[in-house]
Amino acid sequence: MNEEALTLTPQQLIRKRAAGEPVEPGAPPQAQQHIINVLVENSMGALIRVVNMFSARGFNLDSVTVGVTEDSTISRMCIVTRGNDRVISQIIRQLNRLVDTIAVYDVTGTDFVERELCMIKIRCTGEKRSEVLQINEIFRGRVVDVTPDILALEIVGPTKKVDAFVNLMRTHGIEEVARSGRVAMQRAPQPAGSEI
Amino acid sequence: MSSASTAAALAESQPRLRGRDAVQQYIGKKMSGAEIFLHALEAEDARVVFGHPGGAVIHVYDEMARVKPNFQHVLVRHEQGGTHAAEGYAKATGQVGTVLVTSGPGATNTVTGIADAFMDSVPIVVFTGQVPMPLIGNDAFQETDTLGVTRSITKHNYLVRSPDDIPRIVHEAYHLARTGRPGPVVVDLPKDVLMAEGVFQFDEEIQMRGYSVPDDCDEIRLHRAVRMIEKSQRPLLYVGGGTINSNAAEVLTEFAHHTNIPVTTSLHGLGAFPEDDPLSLGMLGMHGMWWANQAVQHADLIIAVGARFDDRVTGMVDRWAPHAAIIHIEIDKSCISKNIYADLAFNADVKSVLEQLRPLVKPKKVKRWLNKIQDWRDECPLTYADDGELRPQYVLEKLRARSGGDAVVCTDVGQNQMWAAQYLKFTQPRTHITSGGLGTMGFSLPAALGAGFGLRAYGIDKTVISINGDGGFMMNAQELAVASAHGIPLKVVIMNNNFLGMVRQWQELFHENRFSHTDLTDTNPDFVQLARASRCAALRAERPDQVDDVIEKAWKINDRPVVMEFRVVKEEMVFPMVPAGKSSDEMITSRHAPETFV
Repeated sequence: MNEEALTLTPQQLIRKRAAGEPVEPGAPPQAQQHIINVLVENSMGALIRVVNMFSARGFNLDSVTVGVTEDSTISRMCIVTRGNDRVISQIIRQLNRLVDTIAVYDVTGTDFVERELCMIKIRCTGEKRSEVLQINEIFRGRVVDVTPDILALEIVGPTKKVDAFVNLMRTHGIEEVARSGRVAMQRAPQPAGSEI
Repeated sequence: MSSASTAAALAESQPRLRGRDAVQQYIGKKMSGAEIFLHALEAEDARVVFGHPGGAVIHVYDEMARVKPNFQHVLVRHEQGGTHAAEGYAKATGQVGTVLVTSGPGATNTVTGIADAFMDSVPIVVFTGQVPMPLIGNDAFQETDTLGVTRSITKHNYLVRSPDDIPRIVHEAYHLARTGRPGPVVVDLPKDVLMAEGVFQFDEEIQMRGYSVPDDCDEIRLHRAVRMIEKSQRPLLYVGGGTINSNAAEVLTEFAHHTNIPVTTSLHGLGAFPEDDPLSLGMLGMHGMWWANQAVQHADLIIAVGARFDDRVTGMVDRWAPHAAIIHIEIDKSCISKNIYADLAFNADVKSVLEQLRPLVKPKKVKRWLNKIQDWRDECPLTYADDGELRPQYVLEKLRARSGGDAVVCTDVGQNQMWAAQYLKFTQPRTHITSGGLGTMGFSLPAALGAGFGLRAYGIDKTVISINGDGGFMMNAQELAVASAHGIPLKVVIMNNNFLGMVRQWQELFHENRFSHTDLTDTNPDFVQLARASRCAALRAERPDQVDDVIEKAWKINDRPVVMEFRVVKEEMVFPMVPAGKSSDEMITSRHAPETFV
């Protein structure tokens, strides 16, 4: 293994680095999570084509969200996927190759805001209930439904925050969780001279 | 009735208008969706339509009988044959092939041909009938979710919802099939849409905001390319089928001659550069020339032109061309840096890039490199035994001598395909047609049929040869009847070794001679009788001394197809060979030397 690594030609090293593959022997493969926004024609066919492409080509698909944009003929998809540089660039190129795809932006590595919505139903009464409500307060969640033994909460935030919230609630008797998947938007560029 | 027949008589007396001119008279007129569809095909100048009728498209066929559109409809005997025929038509002429079939089984039978066209970038448009819109999703008779089935094997697909949309969608479909990296497009036509009345409109302009043909060829890239070429001492052009699709064979040949850079081609690149040229190394890859693979492994610069670094070309990717910087000229961006990282890429049309690059590059002095390649050539030449047995390579050399390299050759898949690629020495583009990416057995005969119709439609006078193994021939043998019905004088060659030869070869080399289900000795039909039953001429050779005579006789028959059965030896193998998954410098060169030849 070690010997083989030593015999890599300069050109082979260039290829490995470009693909984001580890050059050192025994190093684990490097896969990074990427958030990719895709503008597609607003039709059922376009959505299916995108999702179908991921399955047909064996790409990873962590989450997908879809919704119409300010232009009713265009839908915006937010895709969360993972892979090394070569895989991610293939994903972007395969997305662009689809006729229904209008634009593709990999927002990873740029300045962006991401949000996910989560609704969670918790079975709790009495003392436990006030504890749940306290945590909900800390996470700036909202109560969306109440019955004598069920609380339904809504929380919005970056995926990490949602993860943390759901994890905290695990000990309090989760009945049901519904998560929207992520949406992401790049921040507008700061006006010139505003950086300190 | 009378007006229609007068119109037909009038049309026959005058040269028929083509393309947009042919349909000008219908613009703004009310007619059935089926008739709109026929005129839309006329507008695209589809000269031959390979089709098979059925319930969902019966109205199209009815209008065809009434309207008499200015294309020829060829009734194929299986829809798969129809799609391969459209591929052969497209590859021989450079035009878009057209297929028309019914819903359900008609559509699913085209799937193999569509997948084949998708892998090999062949421009075809497949029109499938569909059950009426209100029945879609009801599991109606002969209903299939054609869009769903063909989604991942088409460049794009459409469901037509209104007769008024037909001309626009047909126009877009042909545009998509033809431009950029060509490929198959499916248009699904529900029966009620074909029956409904609409207005024929035709707009030349295409409006698709998600689709454009890339042209990333700028000064900076060109100058980087020039620097890389000037710096290199062992440059190599690796040429693929995209060069032929881009009609760039001539420009490429000039480029190679101007720069002195030797040329190796992929299977689909055969014909893009004349193989009798001193700079030609022939094919590379799994069954390519040993010297071509050696050149790849030693090159310091590879200029990939309209090629996609298929695994049959590269073998083990990590060890392919370990010293070469890569310049990749390729119209499909997703092919760039997919298998092999490109140090410099032109995501643009091959022809335009080569035309811009040529005047910037000075001729290279690469005498030492060319000598080295010549040494490799001498070290391990292409050979086969000359022992009185009938061997397929011998037959191919005789065919090459008779046709003079001017024939259009369609090959099937397997050993026959590889021997043809090795021995036929192609010199012109669009003379080598094969199923490379998908590897579809049964491709050759229908593809040759389509090529024959295509050449006839465009007035090109060339012989069409179909080369088959005995296994693949049986997969679409029904299309012989179509060739004889239309007097297409195909020269159909069957290399009969009574075996599924390529699988047999792998079984001998890698599976300890367990010939599991590959021996066809007692199950093959009598091919001469089969051919005669299909109203074809038929000849047979069993010894080498009969070959010349059979070929001479076959070339004299010009009014119908002729089938030539060559009873070749069973055990013949295709060498050299890179075993699957191995590196290009681990070629097996003969049965007796299965150890690595380095």
